[in-house]
Amino acid sequence: MDFTLTPEQTSFRDEVRAWLSRNMQKDWVARLGQGSDIPRPEAYEMLRRWQREMYEAGFVGLTWPKEAGGRGLTFMEEMILQQEMALAKAPPVLNILAIGMAGPTIIAYGTDEQKKRYPPQMLSCEEIWCQGYSEPNAGSDLASLATRAEKDGEHYVINGQKVWTSLAHVADWMMLLARTDPSAPKHKGITYFLLDMKSPGVTVKPLKQLTGDAEFNEVYFDNVRVHESQILGGLNNGWAVGLTTLMYERLALGFGLQVRLRIALDGLVDLARGTKKNGVPVTQDPVMRQKLAQLWIDTEVFKYTGARAITKLLKGELPGPEASAGKMMWVEGHQRVQELAMEIQGPFNQLTHGSEWAVADGLWQHTFLRSRANSIEGGTTEIQRNIIGERVLGLPKG
Amino acid sequence: MNFGFNEEQELLRNTARKFFENECGSDTVRRLMDTPEGISPELWKKLAEQGWLGLIYPDQYDGMGLGLVDLVVLMEEMGRAVAPGPYFSTVLLGGLAVLEAGGEGQKKEWLPKIAAGDKRVALAWMEPSAQLGPAGVTLTAVEKGGRYTLSGTKLFVHDAHTADALVVAARTRPGAGADGVSLFLLPKGTKGLEVTLLPTMDQTRKLCEVTCADVTVGADALLGAAGTGWAPLSRVLDRATVALCAEMCGGAQKVLDMTVEYAKIRQAFGRPIGSYQGVKHRAADMLVDVENSKSITYYAAWALDEGSPEAPLAVSMAKAYVSDAFRRVAAAGIQLHGGIGFTWEHDLHLYFKRAKGSEFTFGDATHHRERVAQLVNL
Repeated sequence: MDFTLTPEQTSFRDEVRAWLSRNMQKDWVARLGQGSDIPRPEAYEMLRRWQREMYEAGFVGLTWPKEAGGRGLTFMEEMILQQEMALAKAPPVLNILAIGMAGPTIIAYGTDEQKKRYPPQMLSCEEIWCQGYSEPNAGSDLASLATRAEKDGEHYVINGQKVWTSLAHVADWMMLLARTDPSAPKHKGITYFLLDMKSPGVTVKPLKQLTGDAEFNEVYFDNVRVHESQILGGLNNGWAVGLTTLMYERLALGFGLQVRLRIALDGLVDLARGTKKNGVPVTQDPVMRQKLAQLWIDTEVFKYTGARAITKLLKGELPGPEASAGKMMWVEGHQRVQELAMEIQGPFNQLTHGSEWAVADGLWQHTFLRSRANSIEGGTTEIQRNIIGERVLGLPKG
Repeated sequence: MNFGFNEEQELLRNTARKFFENECGSDTVRRLMDTPEGISPELWKKLAEQGWLGLIYPDQYDGMGLGLVDLVVLMEEMGRAVAPGPYFSTVLLGGLAVLEAGGEGQKKEWLPKIAAGDKRVALAWMEPSAQLGPAGVTLTAVEKGGRYTLSGTKLFVHDAHTADALVVAARTRPGAGADGVSLFLLPKGTKGLEVTLLPTMDQTRKLCEVTCADVTVGADALLGAAGTGWAPLSRVLDRATVALCAEMCGGAQKVLDMTVEYAKIRQAFGRPIGSYQGVKHRAADMLVDVENSKSITYYAAWALDEGSPEAPLAVSMAKAYVSDAFRRVAAAGIQLHGGIGFTWEHDLHLYFKRAKGSEFTFGDATHHRERVAQLVNL
């Protein structure tokens, strides 16, 4: 057991730290203020620039192979990078669905042509990706998806609808799961396509969320033609390919989630220090101290459980279903951070952006509302518990 | 970074698991917990033969010279077996107090005998006020002509009734400060020293009341100089706390294992109860509790071994987390077993009671959360 960094890792950390201190987005930090995050829709352009700068400095796609445009480093360096980003309260990587999911899946399953074509543009954020998985009648039960892809010469013709598609309104490409063999059992007739979002017949309709923002969308396909060379991982093999993507999703997001929870917690502690209740800082209230300390502990515990998972990865084991536990922990922790922020603000929590009485310009109100999606997006908490119960503990399926 | 165990540690785990399965199965635990001693001479001797009674003592005192990370492995296995006996009180409390506070002569006298299984030493520090911290030490030790007279009561003393000597925390200077705390080593039978075994909810853990009625001893009974006892005592308590957390992790893992096995075979409405989400989801929550408990316990052990400045924080994070987690897991285990889980016959209650006792040993979650708050300057 050893938590110390090697000299190489230390110099990598120093490199990251130095770069972040020189290139940190001051307007982001200023806007973040005493909040825990900034609504994505107001920051897309800035985040695009930010990822480009990080890419040029060599800090995107650390674990990707060099031929795919990455640096061929280990998850250790990825973890160091994420920790430094958390310390600096750095903005997140915008093209996360490409970096975390589409890219690794293409690297694993793609043809030489595909591997050459897509990954570099993902890293530089020149092409943003979205994930066409969920449908109105296929969410947790993803294999029930009904979007059809029918063969017509060298093309497939897509008809159907996706929903809850984050970033679709700014995306250039979609990871699309569609049914190519309706007669096969439901897991067997699905194919994974790489779809150009500018194709004729693709319609994106933003969905207004309960936050008032539109981060995600409905996507309609009306006779959209896709060339067969855009299939990833073989015809009717989409379920296996898609699951690979989800495995990487939980892994990639796992790193990022730890950072986001730490940033949110630090914001919460600042908020507590700066808020008075009955004339004394909230941090002096014994009940609040208990709640804050528990969140502090949970955030650290999350870090060390992650470190154990990374140790397995460094030993060459593949990411396993344990990642579901990390997702659940993050959700639980983050939702409690947001609830506690509301409690600390007391009656002021009713006021939002636009009122000079609003705390931190209403940022907490936004992140509080947004946090309700955490236990739904990326696999609901109920699904994560099923995965842990069935694939880690070996309990029988229902 | 490597947050895993090495080959020797994995070997220790395998050896320990087999040892406790063979030597300390449920029947043995139940037989021993019904005796006042809570241990048999044979089992104690076998623990000594494995070298485990001196696991964390340096070589020069006939120990194995291993660290807390190694100890964690053994403690997890002892917790898994819900092993009774004075291992904890002797090796981690009394013995460690001698190691941390004692002079060379005292260490040479006691530690090899502890490691060999010939002598046991308990630690009497808490009092009926149940107050943690130096202010809780109010048993007085009044000096007169180079001799000390001790008066007062200690409570919740593990295995004092079977110990050959007691380390007693006493106050040599009035007030509440740490600089008034001194440690005395009192052999069994010292005049005025009285030990009473108390009935406990967790029968595998023996707790005593210790009274000092004008116990008069020479200055040679002091472990270290007068007034310097608090620092070594808190080092002992931090280490023992992490060892306790590891024992709790082992117990929690065993409860989860039993529950999962049961949920796979027990049928209701024509299918295994583990296929129902009401059961499956609670089992998943148990797994998260168990895994997180291990993560923070391992980190705390490593931090103590490394002498990291973050070690006290890590210890309190671990105790706060594991105290709550083991309680939740043990309760869920009983619930998911249904009626059989509530019987005396089933082993679950041994773990449930151990969880409750451990929760309040060395400070509960509330105490340690407040310590975390202080250490991170909330």
